[in-house]
Amino acid sequence: MSLLRRRKRPDDDAPQPPHTAEDDDKKGKSQKKSAKKKRRNSYSCVDNCCWLVGCICTTWWFLLFLYNTMPASFPQYLTEKITGALPDPPGVKCVKEGLEPKHPVVFVPGIVTGGLELWEGHECAEGLFRKRLWGGTFGEIYRRPSCWLQHMSLDNETGLDPAGIRVRPVSGLVAADYFAPGYFVWAVLIANLARVGYEEKNMYMAAYDWRLSFQNTEVRDRTLSRIKRNIELMVEINDGQKAVIIPHSMGVLYFLHFMKWVEAPAPMGGGGGSDWCAKHIKAVMNIGGPLLGAPKALSGLFSAEAKDVAFARGIAPGVLDSDVFHIQTLQHIMRMSRTWDSTMSMIPKGGETIWGGLDWSPEEGYIPSNRTHENVHNSFCSQNESDSKVCQARNPNYGRIISFGRDVAELHSSKLERIDFRGAVKGKNLANSTCRDVWTEYHEMGFSGIKAISEYKAYTAGDLLDMLEFVAPKMMERGNVHFSHGLAENLDDPKYAHYKYWSNALETKLPNAPDMEIYSLYGVGIPTERAYVYKLAPTAECYIPFQIDNTAGDTDEHVCLKDGVYTVDGDETVPALSAGFMCAKGWRGKTRFNPSGIKTYIREYDHNPPSNFLEGRGTQSGAHVDIMGNFQLIEDVIRVAAGGSGEQLGGDRVYTDIFKWSDKINIKL
Amino acid sequence: MATIRRRKQPEDEVEQRPDPKLDEDDDKEEKASKRSEKKNKSKNYSCIDNCCWFVGCVCSAWWLLLFLYNAMPSSFPQYVTEAITGPLPDPPGVKCLKEGLKVKHPVVFVPGIVTGGLELWEGHQCMHGLFRKRLWGGTFGEVYKRPSCWVQHMSLDNKTGMDPPGIRVRPVSGLVAADYFAPGYFVWAVLIANLARVGYEEKNMYMASYDWRLSFQNTEVRDQTLSRIKSNIELMVATNGGKKAVVIPHSMGVIYFLHFMKWVEAPAPMGGGGGSDWCAKHIKAVINIGGPFLGVPKAIAGLFSAEAKDIASARALAPGVLDSDLFQIQTLQHLMRMSRTWDSTMSMIPKGGDTIWGGIDWSPEEGYSPSKRKQGKNDTKLSIQNESASKVCESTQANYGRMVSFGREVAEAPSSDIERIEFRGAVKGNNVANNTCRDVWTEYHDMGFGGIKAVSEYKVFTAGEIVDMLEFVAPKMMERGSAHFSYGIAENLDDPKYAHYKYWSNPLETKLPNAPDMEIYSMYGVGIPTERAYIYKLTPAAECYIPFQIDTSAKDQNEDGCLKDGVYTVDGDETVPALSAGFMCAKGWRGKTRFNPSGIKTYVREYDHNPPSNFLEGRGTQSGAHVDIMGNFQLIEDVIRVAAGATGEELGGDQVYTGIFEWSEKIDLKL
Repeated sequence: MSLLRRRKRPDDDAPQPPHTAEDDDKKGKSQKKSAKKKRRNSYSCVDNCCWLVGCICTTWWFLLFLYNTMPASFPQYLTEKITGALPDPPGVKCVKEGLEPKHPVVFVPGIVTGGLELWEGHECAEGLFRKRLWGGTFGEIYRRPSCWLQHMSLDNETGLDPAGIRVRPVSGLVAADYFAPGYFVWAVLIANLARVGYEEKNMYMAAYDWRLSFQNTEVRDRTLSRIKRNIELMVEINDGQKAVIIPHSMGVLYFLHFMKWVEAPAPMGGGGGSDWCAKHIKAVMNIGGPLLGAPKALSGLFSAEAKDVAFARGIAPGVLDSDVFHIQTLQHIMRMSRTWDSTMSMIPKGGETIWGGLDWSPEEGYIPSNRTHENVHNSFCSQNESDSKVCQARNPNYGRIISFGRDVAELHSSKLERIDFRGAVKGKNLANSTCRDVWTEYHEMGFSGIKAISEYKAYTAGDLLDMLEFVAPKMMERGNVHFSHGLAENLDDPKYAHYKYWSNALETKLPNAPDMEIYSLYGVGIPTERAYVYKLAPTAECYIPFQIDNTAGDTDEHVCLKDGVYTVDGDETVPALSAGFMCAKGWRGKTRFNPSGIKTYIREYDHNPPSNFLEGRGTQSGAHVDIMGNFQLIEDVIRVAAGGSGEQLGGDRVYTDIFKWSDKINIKL
Repeated sequence: MATIRRRKQPEDEVEQRPDPKLDEDDDKEEKASKRSEKKNKSKNYSCIDNCCWFVGCVCSAWWLLLFLYNAMPSSFPQYVTEAITGPLPDPPGVKCLKEGLKVKHPVVFVPGIVTGGLELWEGHQCMHGLFRKRLWGGTFGEVYKRPSCWVQHMSLDNKTGMDPPGIRVRPVSGLVAADYFAPGYFVWAVLIANLARVGYEEKNMYMASYDWRLSFQNTEVRDQTLSRIKSNIELMVATNGGKKAVVIPHSMGVIYFLHFMKWVEAPAPMGGGGGSDWCAKHIKAVINIGGPFLGVPKAIAGLFSAEAKDIASARALAPGVLDSDLFQIQTLQHLMRMSRTWDSTMSMIPKGGDTIWGGIDWSPEEGYSPSKRKQGKNDTKLSIQNESASKVCESTQANYGRMVSFGREVAEAPSSDIERIEFRGAVKGNNVANNTCRDVWTEYHDMGFGGIKAVSEYKVFTAGEIVDMLEFVAPKMMERGSAHFSYGIAENLDDPKYAHYKYWSNPLETKLPNAPDMEIYSMYGVGIPTERAYIYKLTPAAECYIPFQIDTSAKDQNEDGCLKDGVYTVDGDETVPALSAGFMCAKGWRGKTRFNPSGIKTYVREYDHNPPSNFLEGRGTQSGAHVDIMGNFQLIEDVIRVAAGATGEELGGDQVYTGIFEWSEKIDLKL
């Protein structure tokens, strides 16, 4: 329409000049006219803009109106039209079978997914009292990034609140039902449990500040005491029915810590007595638990990047490195996340015994395309044989979790020349003082320190701890007070009464609760980070000196090395080995880690990506967080909550070679 | 701009008209017809165009303003306010922080009726997609979108007072349950923010939210709420180094917490089995804010005819709107039907009968002239400022004791002139309501003309008679209610029948716990006319209509009179009369009495209402209104001081503006 009007005007104006009768008026008129024309033109531009905006707004409102008047069942109707009838959600299915709420349910959220809100802050965070800094829309990151970083960081020395800042976990089910608007974490599970009849009196979200070390959540917020009291309360008001605990991701480690804490004597522990777990817990259903750590945590701590970041760098080199964002994004994130003690809980545990040495690893030689025929207890798997090839390994040395250069990663160990970095002189400070506030740790390294690291060439899980201690001594000093990553020789050693061992499955005994059940539920079928190829960063002044070498990639699509990252089977974050090993071997039967013979079950869920966008994040996903919406998993959880046992669920359900891998791990049981 | 353009177009056309003369003649007609066509079209377009253009302008301007608003530094509104009204006082949290006050005692909030959020956990088809969304509180969007569905889900079962089948509506938990009632309308948020300034956080603040629709004991039966509160108080005391809790109930929360204190010490299964020293061990102080200890007359009007002052004055302003079927569903009837299923409303029926509220010829408040009260027993200087601003009303000897009168002359006549015909036992007569109304009228359709007439011919009802009257009018509701609540005065508190839970929320039928170190505060606003007695009339016989209505035509000529729109008012906080909020602490529990055997110390602290001086102050920092008082700086400061360890003596003891002590003297109650 705007075109029409514009075209018309010249028409009108053109015929005018020839027929102007009065000559004396001519000039004056034409001047006037041209002035008018000008004005009209300028109006018409603004007019047209306004007109356009108006059109758009009106249409928008109209559509919004239509959307609001649309019956709520319409999208579902549409989806069903396209994809065929949807299966009943598991809650409805279970209601039809007559299941009812029996055991109270406790959710333990993982790292990152729990909301954090501001209780006290500096000037720059004014008006954000009790607003979410983490979770929700994250609006404040864009509005005041440096303020946000300052408030999300913890104190570098103590790992607790910095002076004048109090950021606290959100409590209640809202803490982690949705991470961001529309991005569910626990919401689907909660909704399905509610269908069976659960409500807030028998569901409890054990929200905690996931940035703190586990013991510090008790010191600062009394979180462990609150969880203890709330579980006791729920058991009490639900006629003594024991609780079913559902930890997810890092929550799994947190709850391991809790189980030790609650039975340990006060003041270090909760003083619940040695039968507390036996009395209050029916089952622990670990979802995607990094029981032995996750390699992803390493790359995060080492160079503030993981596959996603390395991948982004591969696509658009220079963006992340440049000062486009003014604050050097990665360095700031690294600085912030290094103040979070909890990240250290996920450093791979058990060293070379578990994760493999220079020349071997439990997963090597495994060919994923074969795995679907084995060890499977139900018919579910036959559908998706083809779409779950993780990668064809051609004998990658997974044991070398970090190698400097691709050639090193593939070289046989005898040809590897390594110069020990331990004790190397770190050399003088290479960072000039302007960078100092960004580099909390690296600025003490100096060139020779960096060189020493890279000349060690290949690091196994055992070497890594030493390396991190060399690279980030302050962080590891804090971390070593709260976490341990070893493998216990003698579990009866009195030193294991210290809380720093409580979250390491390999250095603690399970509680004495023979009737309890422990499940490992996790997704498989997605390539998961397992080992990295690193390079030295080109010497930029204020830059993190190590980078994932994203040029290292196999040419074949289905291979394990891509963008400098070796992958294995897992749920995209936690390798299947870490999530499954304890239940597959470490705790299976009566072992020294499980003296009372708690029954363990492994339930793997094969990843099946959503077939179209209408399904959202899918109902058969195996990804680390999306698995919380997996119908199969939810059904299992509901059955257990309604009183089912592991045997009634069908026992183990395995797609990977987790049992074979576990066999290769030589661990004293 | 739109007008400029419209004016311009005709100009263009005028100039064009001479054209054809000089142009070729053969083309003339063709062109002219074309042009007129074009003109037509362009006119057509220009209308739509103009609309679009206008919308565009408005939108752009709006966005610009929105952008400016967002880009504005957040301290700007404060700056403007300060520029206009002078510097604001420090918020109490900051003031206390500067004095060095710190977190000491854990704090428990007990919200009142209506202010707590309720969310849907299970519902019928019509509530699809609202799982865990708020039905009550928040934006109330669903009330407009699907009103009948909403009413259905908010109602409880008429027989049991519990969930109807297939519906589960549950209280929101956590501080969010009642920090804001609706977006921007704070309830506890200001208090929470100020407590946070001195260092409070969620480990030492707890919102004891409960489903305020249920009777108090049923919150335990259905949701185990009392057990949860007990457990959480124990937890907070344990994790805060054994410091006892300060409990802050508001409005109905006050009587809920009275119930809790009896429940927790009573033996299981009826009680919580905490032992007879639970309160002494776990509670430092109970700071009651605006508590309807002895009930509120407003509750009667709500139960009797689903209307209170607000509705009555709305009816006076626009007669016919509420009565007509404009809204299709008969609004008031539906509201009444819904709220009558809520047992909790019955907890606020005036308690203590004629002894407390006055009889036909006397009432404790009568003869009190509010303008004099300033010189009374003031402990602070605060009152001098606002002597003029808070005249409640000049009473012309109102008979407050007659809580419901039929007709104004009855309300004012001396008692000897009133002829009353006993309604108790009157035949209710045949059913007036035809069948179509039946689903709306849950109770009245049993009444019939005879019953309605009998009620109106009794003419005057005092507080004691009102309970009987409600039993006559709404037998089903009262049957449910009397299982959970009691409204009398105990003769002998040691009577074993008082162990039953229905007496626990009535301060006149229970003893306070044995906790001599505990303190009880009554904090409430004064200086606002508060409903105390009503003048009713019979409704013009509309078929499906509530038969009784407040007679809005009854009012004093004088502006400052106590009778307005059919409602007699006294001093109070707009909802609770000062007598109800203050009497127990002023007299009933003062010293060692039979209601307070261990001699718990009590304090009365009144806060004089001072409306916000301009709209920038929002709901004011010196308000005395029932809910707005939660933002009263003075009150918040007192609360913080107590939470930080101060005693009532250190706060300055009683702070009184009304004649509460004089009124209490007039009440003849055995102590």
